[in-house]
Amino acid sequence: MRFAALFLALLAAAGDPGERVVHVVARRFTYSPEVIELQLGVPVIIELTSADRDHGFSVPDLGIRIDVEPGKTARVRVVPEKVGTFDFHCDVFCGSGHEEMAGRIMVSAPVASGGNSGH
Amino acid sequence: MGSRTRREFLQIAGVGGVVFASGLLEACSRLGGRPDPRPGMADDFYFVQLSDTHWGYKGPANPEATVELPRAVELVNALPQVPDFVVFTGDLTHTTDDDQERRRRMGQVREHLARLRVPTLRLMAGEHDASLDRGAAFQEFFGPLRYSFDHKGVHFVVLDNVSDPKGILGDAQIDWLSRDLKPRPKDAPIVVFTHRPLFDLKPDWDWTTADGTRAIDVLHAWRHVTVFYGHIHQEHHHQTDHIAHHAARSLMFPLPAPGSQPNRAPLPWDPAHPGKGLGLRDVDTDPRQPAYELREIPLARES
Repeated sequence: MRFAALFLALLAAAGDPGERVVHVVARRFTYSPEVIELQLGVPVIIELTSADRDHGFSVPDLGIRIDVEPGKTARVRVVPEKVGTFDFHCDVFCGSGHEEMAGRIMVSAPVASGGNSGH
Repeated sequence: MGSRTRREFLQIAGVGGVVFASGLLEACSRLGGRPDPRPGMADDFYFVQLSDTHWGYKGPANPEATVELPRAVELVNALPQVPDFVVFTGDLTHTTDDDQERRRRMGQVREHLARLRVPTLRLMAGEHDASLDRGAAFQEFFGPLRYSFDHKGVHFVVLDNVSDPKGILGDAQIDWLSRDLKPRPKDAPIVVFTHRPLFDLKPDWDWTTADGTRAIDVLHAWRHVTVFYGHIHQEHHHQTDHIAHHAARSLMFPLPAPGSQPNRAPLPWDPAHPGKGLGLRDVDTDPRQPAYELREIPLARES
């Protein structure tokens, strides 16, 4: 796993029941949502389903890839360990428009709480 | 006829607008002088690589989509010497969900290619041809998805990394590759044709083969291996250790250089230079060195 140091990704991991779940629907030739916003160090479960046919969910820079098949729910648990933008795409050829089926994961630093910016 | 002589002949014959590139082995032979011909090897020859016609494409990236394939056929037929064969490294057709339309497009491509005045045509699939039906229509029209053949001392291997929609070679094919190469001497010249790059050129644009490194690991044991591929719609040259990988231009629309723009959308059509960025390639092959001299032939024309 090339970027294990950046992300901890556990396929089909149950995780903590209180963890945030992001639902992503794949259909030709889009993901909904196309942008997944995460916070540094905060675990999240990404749940993927397909609305039509076989797709893939590949984030090469994070070493994540998973099949997204109709009638099944694919899950990947991620713990962002680096701020940045990471592109994902469908890597299971799904027809004319397959090349445009992509999105991005954006990882931001946590917002400081209890600040006194009013001064 | 030696390769250099043939190149000179082509220049004298007035084949304009050509760009010469050389493979690593050719470069080495220039630096160190050409070694003595290897005994038992045949004389040199050349072949032509066509790629990514995407016949049936309709879109702004090429408003003259029916022009390029016939023009490429004309250019090949006009070459001053007949190539020993033409290889087409995939995506002969643009994909469609309609099985009948897919077959209609393949039939039209076959008709155009039948006009090539060359002794042999070697065809292989791209994901647009084969991924939606796992190569069923392609095999009906053009034959097997993977095969090997020998020509004048060079062993050619055609690999299929597209009929599985995940863009992989698969265990069975990698085993087949190992068995196919096993009887070959380790210094035998090996040329691999494939559609997708076997190495990780740009994985986030799907410009890779998920298990391609396994094939490269197999090939690595042979000292003279060169890979020609398509898929990325541009000339590109890369080395994985001693193995050279050469991508060819498309015959439909050019794609951006890896990472040069946010996504892999086709480069815009240039009405002042129709066909800009498109082209074909001939490959002068000297199996005695072995050495490969690449000549890029553009399709661009003035409007």
